Amino acid sequence: MSVPDSAKPPPATNRAGRALPMPEWERVPWWIIILILAGIWAVMIIFTSADYTSIITLLSSGIYLTLYVTFFAYALALVVGLLAGLMRVSRNPVLNTLGTLYVEVIRGIPLLVQILYFFYVIAPALADRTPEPFDQLFRSEVNMGIIALAIGYGAYLAETYRAGIEAIPRGQMEAARSLGMSYVQAMRYVILPQAIRIILPPLGNDFVAMLKDSALLSAISVKELTLWTRQRSANTFRPLEHWTIAAFLYLTMTIGLSLFVRYIERKFAIPK
Amino acid sequence: MSHAHSIIQIENIHKRFGKVHALRGISTTVQRGQVLVLIGPSGSGKSTLLRCINGLERPDTGRVVVDGIPLDDSSDHINAVRAEVGIVFQQFNLFPHLTVLQNITLAQQIIRQRTPDESKKIARELLAKVGIPEKADAYPAQLSGGQQQRVAIARALAMNPKIMLFDEPTSALDPEMIQEVLETMMLLAKEGMTMVVVSHEMGFARAAANRIVFMDGGAIVEDTSPEQLFTNPREERTKQFLSKILN
Repeated sequence: MSVPDSAKPPPATNRAGRALPMPEWERVPWWIIILILAGIWAVMIIFTSADYTSIITLLSSGIYLTLYVTFFAYALALVVGLLAGLMRVSRNPVLNTLGTLYVEVIRGIPLLVQILYFFYVIAPALADRTPEPFDQLFRSEVNMGIIALAIGYGAYLAETYRAGIEAIPRGQMEAARSLGMSYVQAMRYVILPQAIRIILPPLGNDFVAMLKDSALLSAISVKELTLWTRQRSANTFRPLEHWTIAAFLYLTMTIGLSLFVRYIERKFAIPK
Repeated sequence: MSHAHSIIQIENIHKRFGKVHALRGISTTVQRGQVLVLIGPSGSGKSTLLRCINGLERPDTGRVVVDGIPLDDSSDHINAVRAEVGIVFQQFNLFPHLTVLQNITLAQQIIRQRTPDESKKIARELLAKVGIPEKADAYPAQLSGGQQQRVAIARALAMNPKIMLFDEPTSALDPEMIQEVLETMMLLAKEGMTMVVVSHEMGFARAAANRIVFMDGGAIVEDTSPEQLFTNPREERTKQFLSKILN
């Protein structure tokens, strides 16, 4: 039996019927405070224990490679995604079809399979057809890992760009074109600057997600944080300490990135 | 009608949107310096006709020639026409990520190849002309609707257009802001600007227009002077329409 309306507490509204702002204590970001406290605790344990200190020192070259791969793969994915996104919104049927094909194919295949396929099938084929010494470019795990991640993420970023571009009212393009701008000029000066502000939050999410997915590159022996951790923990028979530290390091990096992304969003917000 | 001085020539244009026959064979010309007001019920095709003049809509058949340049498949022609024709929209369509000044300088710099200093000087002069010089560094969202529309007019004027098109420029404004926009338009009309205005502001039509075209069902029903239209409309449909909007 349903509860009679009168028994339910009325929703908190003011006289105009609008929802009241949340009370002060609910607005405190408790999750950050808990994480900071846990972080302080973890740092104290890590730096007071000789074991943990040595582990973190050994894993730090893995951190470097994780950040290196993520940074370059993301930069490349931003470009690939922009081009594919522009193809998706294009009225040219050839461009549109190619863009859609790319997005649908890539999104339908697990990222790990893409990385393996690229490294074991496409990269060797390219390397065999490339004269020395340039073929080494296609035999480097790190380079191929960066390209594979960029192609995989480019498809998702393409959809994000498309959503951002389509969110801009049609009048903006009309106003720009009416001032004599070409389609490309209107995109560059009017549509994209607005679209990118709208999609900063999902772009930031994808940046953080890519940092985590860079762990998949351990499958093609890129010695990033995850592979380092696996090797060290196997050699020392101490999985607990190694994987705990690895998780802690990933978490530190992703939270740091999230905060950075929020800062960027605020900095580029359009004044109201 | 003489074609020698006509700056806009429209020859038998048809436009369909799916099953809707929006323009049914419109032919007319606009003379240099003429202020033409287009009126008619919604869906009569007046906005579509206006948008055909700067190539935002392409007629299915027929010809539009602006200042001697035909609006055809050539994107050079379309861009050349657009550089000569300014348009002001109902929804202002200012660029929200740019300041008022940047809104007015952007196209000057990338289309007219003016230097930043030159374009800013022109922008500030135009802001003074439309009466809001103090808003140069504000963003569009910080302005009232009337102020935004005046910035939109300044942005179009910065390109030194030979023709200005207005697509219901006051329809999205609060009543108290309509006058400030109409006064700016009045000023342009006095300066001899060729203007085509879609609007139901009959006060403006009386004061500034030298020609009124009444459209209905995608066709021109009556094409006359304001005095004639208000005192003695010829067509029954025109009378009915006027009685609705004048009350």
